[in-house]
Amino acid sequence: MVSTRDNMFRKLSKFIGEYKLPTIITPILVALEVIMEVLIPLVMADLIDKGIYAGEMSTVYKLGLQLVILALFSLCFGATNGFTAAKASAGFAKNLRKGLYHKVQDFSFANIDKFSTASLVTRLTTDVSNVQQAFQMLTRIMVRAPFMSIVAFVAAMKINASLAIIFVAVIPVLAFAIFKIISKAHKIIQATFRKYDKLNNVVEENVNSMRVVKSFVLEDEETEKFEEVSETICNNFITADKRMALMPVVMDTAVYTCVLLVAWLGAKIIVTQSPEAIANGTAALTPGELMTLISYSIQILMSLMMVSMCSLMLTTAKASADRIVEVLDEESDIKNPENAVTEVKDGSIEFNNVSFSYVNDKDRLCLKDVDIKIKSGETIGIIGGTGSGKSTLVNLISRLYDVTEGSVKVGGVNVREYDLTTLRSEVAMVLQKNVLFSGTIKENLRWGDENATDEDLIRVCKLAQADEFIQGFPDKYDTYIEQGGTNVSGGQKQRLCIARALLKKPKVLILDDSTSAVDTKTDAMIRTAFREEIPNTTKLIIAQRINSIEDADKIIVLDDGMINGFGTHEELLKTNAIYKEVYESQTKGSES
Amino acid sequence: MAEAKVRAMRGRGPAMMGPKPKIEKGTFSRMFKYITKNYKISFFVVIICIIISSITNVWGMASLKDVIDGYITPLLGTQNPDYGPLLKTIFKVACIFATEVVAVFIYMRLMATISQSVLRDIRNDLFRRMQKLPIRFFDTRTTGEIMSLYTNDTDTLRQMLSRALPDLISSAITIVSALVAMLKISVPLTGFVLVFTLLTTLIVKTIVKKSSKFFVSQQESLASVNGYVEEMINGQKVIKVFTHEDKAKEEFDVLNTKLNSDMYNANRFSNSLMPIAGNLGNLQYVCVAIVGTLIALASANPVEYIGSIVIFLNLTKTFSRPVTQIMNQFNSIIVALAGAGRIFKVIDEEPEIDEGNVTLVNVEKDGENFKEVDHQTGTWAWKIPNEDGTFEYRELKGYIELEDVDFSYDGEKQVLTDVTLYAKPGQKIAFVGATGAGKTTITNLINRFYDIQDGKIHYDGIEIKQIKKDDLRQSLGMVLQETNLFTGTIKENIRYGRSDATDEEVIEAAKLANAHSFIKRLPNGYDTMLTDNGAQLSQGQRQLLAIARAAIANPPVMILDEATSSIDTRTEKLVQDGMDKLMEGRTVLVIAHRLSTVRNSKAIMVLDHGKIIERGEHDFLIDQKGTYYQLYTGAFELE
Repeated sequence: MVSTRDNMFRKLSKFIGEYKLPTIITPILVALEVIMEVLIPLVMADLIDKGIYAGEMSTVYKLGLQLVILALFSLCFGATNGFTAAKASAGFAKNLRKGLYHKVQDFSFANIDKFSTASLVTRLTTDVSNVQQAFQMLTRIMVRAPFMSIVAFVAAMKINASLAIIFVAVIPVLAFAIFKIISKAHKIIQATFRKYDKLNNVVEENVNSMRVVKSFVLEDEETEKFEEVSETICNNFITADKRMALMPVVMDTAVYTCVLLVAWLGAKIIVTQSPEAIANGTAALTPGELMTLISYSIQILMSLMMVSMCSLMLTTAKASADRIVEVLDEESDIKNPENAVTEVKDGSIEFNNVSFSYVNDKDRLCLKDVDIKIKSGETIGIIGGTGSGKSTLVNLISRLYDVTEGSVKVGGVNVREYDLTTLRSEVAMVLQKNVLFSGTIKENLRWGDENATDEDLIRVCKLAQADEFIQGFPDKYDTYIEQGGTNVSGGQKQRLCIARALLKKPKVLILDDSTSAVDTKTDAMIRTAFREEIPNTTKLIIAQRINSIEDADKIIVLDDGMINGFGTHEELLKTNAIYKEVYESQTKGSES
Repeated sequence: MAEAKVRAMRGRGPAMMGPKPKIEKGTFSRMFKYITKNYKISFFVVIICIIISSITNVWGMASLKDVIDGYITPLLGTQNPDYGPLLKTIFKVACIFATEVVAVFIYMRLMATISQSVLRDIRNDLFRRMQKLPIRFFDTRTTGEIMSLYTNDTDTLRQMLSRALPDLISSAITIVSALVAMLKISVPLTGFVLVFTLLTTLIVKTIVKKSSKFFVSQQESLASVNGYVEEMINGQKVIKVFTHEDKAKEEFDVLNTKLNSDMYNANRFSNSLMPIAGNLGNLQYVCVAIVGTLIALASANPVEYIGSIVIFLNLTKTFSRPVTQIMNQFNSIIVALAGAGRIFKVIDEEPEIDEGNVTLVNVEKDGENFKEVDHQTGTWAWKIPNEDGTFEYRELKGYIELEDVDFSYDGEKQVLTDVTLYAKPGQKIAFVGATGAGKTTITNLINRFYDIQDGKIHYDGIEIKQIKKDDLRQSLGMVLQETNLFTGTIKENIRYGRSDATDEEVIEAAKLANAHSFIKRLPNGYDTMLTDNGAQLSQGQRQLLAIARAAIANPPVMILDEATSSIDTRTEKLVQDGMDKLMEGRTVLVIAHRLSTVRNSKAIMVLDHGKIIERGEHDFLIDQKGTYYQLYTGAFELE
């Protein structure tokens, strides 16, 4: 437990990086500011006792000047530590964000699957903000409050050690009580925040499904559901807040007990002394000092409360820090090999007894004993039901995952031996769940090749049958695509994604169900263009519709992770039961 | 390209944030009304307790000084000191402090109930109103925008109600009482303090203004970094496939550096606020001490005057502490009020207009007459009020007519022009056409998600504006293109169609929709919990549930928007069969994507730019060799 926490601190503190100086200076400046703040009331007391009461104008000026100087120093230290703390925490957050983001960029598909997209986003956004806040707290308040109580305690000891002992007795009792109250309330609040998620869930579902709610006339039922959760949240928070109301009670009781004890015991000490001792300054305690002691006791106890409040907030941040460290600790399982091959000879593909499991478990294989040879330039269709392993199969070719057993070769070389960039530029993949990014069409296409000329863009778009509709947009190739590509239709999006992949001029092109929303005629035109314009590129096409693949050189029928059939359309119709069934179910609808 | 993207990202942020939080007039008083409406007495007690606690606090501290000056000092040097009076005063001070503690405890507890209850009331009002808002409200806002009302805005409000508000009240009380006490001692010195305070306020205000500018850009930068992260991580697999990692890092670094500098600037100023305000207070203290002593020494009776100067000095401390406190909280109060303003704005939104008075009732048929009953009979009738207070009953059959309907979403761009069509009970009408042709719009109009600008829509001969909205919608079934499921069991989700359906009816509906067999195979069957829009089910299975949900409602008219997403062949067949069974014996308006659905429709409407350009049966349209023919043969995308 302790060691993991140390570990976490060590890992996170690395991100302070070039901001070491402000990070170290901040606590020092905070400490100096605290000293000023403790000194100022002392001088103020003197100003009253020795200056104003004595009616000595020169002393008033002298001490006034001292006070002004102290205030200026305090201002200086205070403002500077505000600056350095901002510099350090913003810098730390920058480095942490960058470190995390760069780490995720190096993740393999398997790493991404493990975390899920939503959780990665939370870790990079909310969690970083939480940790940053904790960082700033650690450099400022968590230095200030404990230091303040120590300095005040030392000063109190100097005035009168025996009276200062009272604090030693009161503090542990108080600290314990405060911690108990806060941690209990904190638990309730944490539980309530989970309820908040439920509330937000109801709201989100309703907002997203308003049409369903309205068409089934369930507005009132949903409102009831909402109000029920809302009521629970309200009651839980009331319980927590009421418990928190005990805080000032305990706090004030402790402070006032201390104050009164100090006053009573102090009075006894003062009174037993001779007036001469007080007058000539040899007394153990003067009335003025007693007043100062009282204000110290308030300062000490207030600081302690701050410490306990902050340490609780830090526990929340710890959960965030843990989640961040989890990402940092994740090792990408696909790495560039040493002495990597940087040239792909041709587009031939070979699967040699390939088995694959997402969880690296030989009992839970998604692909079993796949053994296939594809010649360079061939067009291969792949068909099979949901979960039959189609996408998995093609993902192995560009080494998005590593095989569990067997080997995959492209251009006669094992994919593990290639430089990843080389391999992935030569094996272009159009993913099933494809994404366009916010930016113009041109910018999106140039993902395939940064240096592509406008002519290149038009050429690939013509190939993918996308040029025509792009020319129809008012801004043509400069049309802005919204995040997620919501302002183009499904079929248009798919064609843009194909064009983007074509721009790589790959030796192997893989379409993972990438024309499902494209109409049959255009689909056919794309395939014709492929055949005529890029005959030397090996093409693998996954499809649900038989007519998208029936003219392929060969078709792979996958079933439950195994090759069920491999041959031409005609061969499979005769020999493969699954293929025949799918074919019949699809043609029946449109011909009868 | 990196630069261009950065610019684009930045462009999106500010629109959401607005240049400066603007506060509608009356937001504060409106929030106050929430407090006084239901919690008048508690709030009154709270204020009393806050006053008591402020006064006892000042009084207690002052008495403590008395203990030293009035009781300890006189005892100095006495031989057998009598501690009796001292003990008595200490006891008195203890009582004052105890009163303070009790008062604080009472108002904190009461405030806990008040603030959380007010928050609940606001939240509930917001949701209740949201449920009544027209679809337009949801279509013109993102989910994130609406969600932030319930999360960010309510959260700042919570903090303000439970922390800032009591502080504000007690600060105000302390300031006023300190001011009165100060005025009693010396008017010119008080004037001096006020001038100094004004100066401090001006300085602080300048800083706040400066930092709030940076705070806005910090929020924007943060939003753009987070937005960028979200977009990139969502497309992470595409990044990998295109080995675009370095580019993605580069773009991120640009945004991240900008965020860093905005964040530094914003926090730099806000961090230095307290030291500046606090030490200006110290400066003021010194000035008052000097000026005060000078005045005292110049006065006729310096000794007496000096005593009041010391008291005055302590009062200035009591006065300036809450002033800085308020300044410090000023920013957060502004933010909270801006959030409250946004919430109230939604509560003030105009709800759906419903002037219909025709209702849907269960009837028993008695020859030619209908008798209204209050139990399910399977026969429904429209109850139409006559002018003389009697009612006319007309059987619900499902006859839909559109007559010269014009419609525009924004009042500018015409989406539908002169659409006329009718669907007799039991007929199936299919709409086909390209994206944006207006197919979905037609279905939005029949259930009055939107109201038409011109023309008429009749349902069983009754104009739909005269039908009560709830009853109209109950008589129309909907299966939308995008399936939305709710958190809850499968059973509950199917029961969404009709909340009083029995378990047998649920299973029957599931069987009709072809969903029964997959539900049965789930470990918990019909009691399987669905979360996250049914994420654990496949696309096809979710569609089957949506069909079952519509089937259990058993409405005479169905509006179907067939899904285009690709599902595997076997499930697709199940979905299609389910749809076919659902359509049997009903009036159906279907936005068709499958040729089989289109072909066996009674009439096919081909829409183009909001107009019906072709209509008729399949064979007829094929013979025409027009747009439909081209769509059917696959020359155009059928979307």
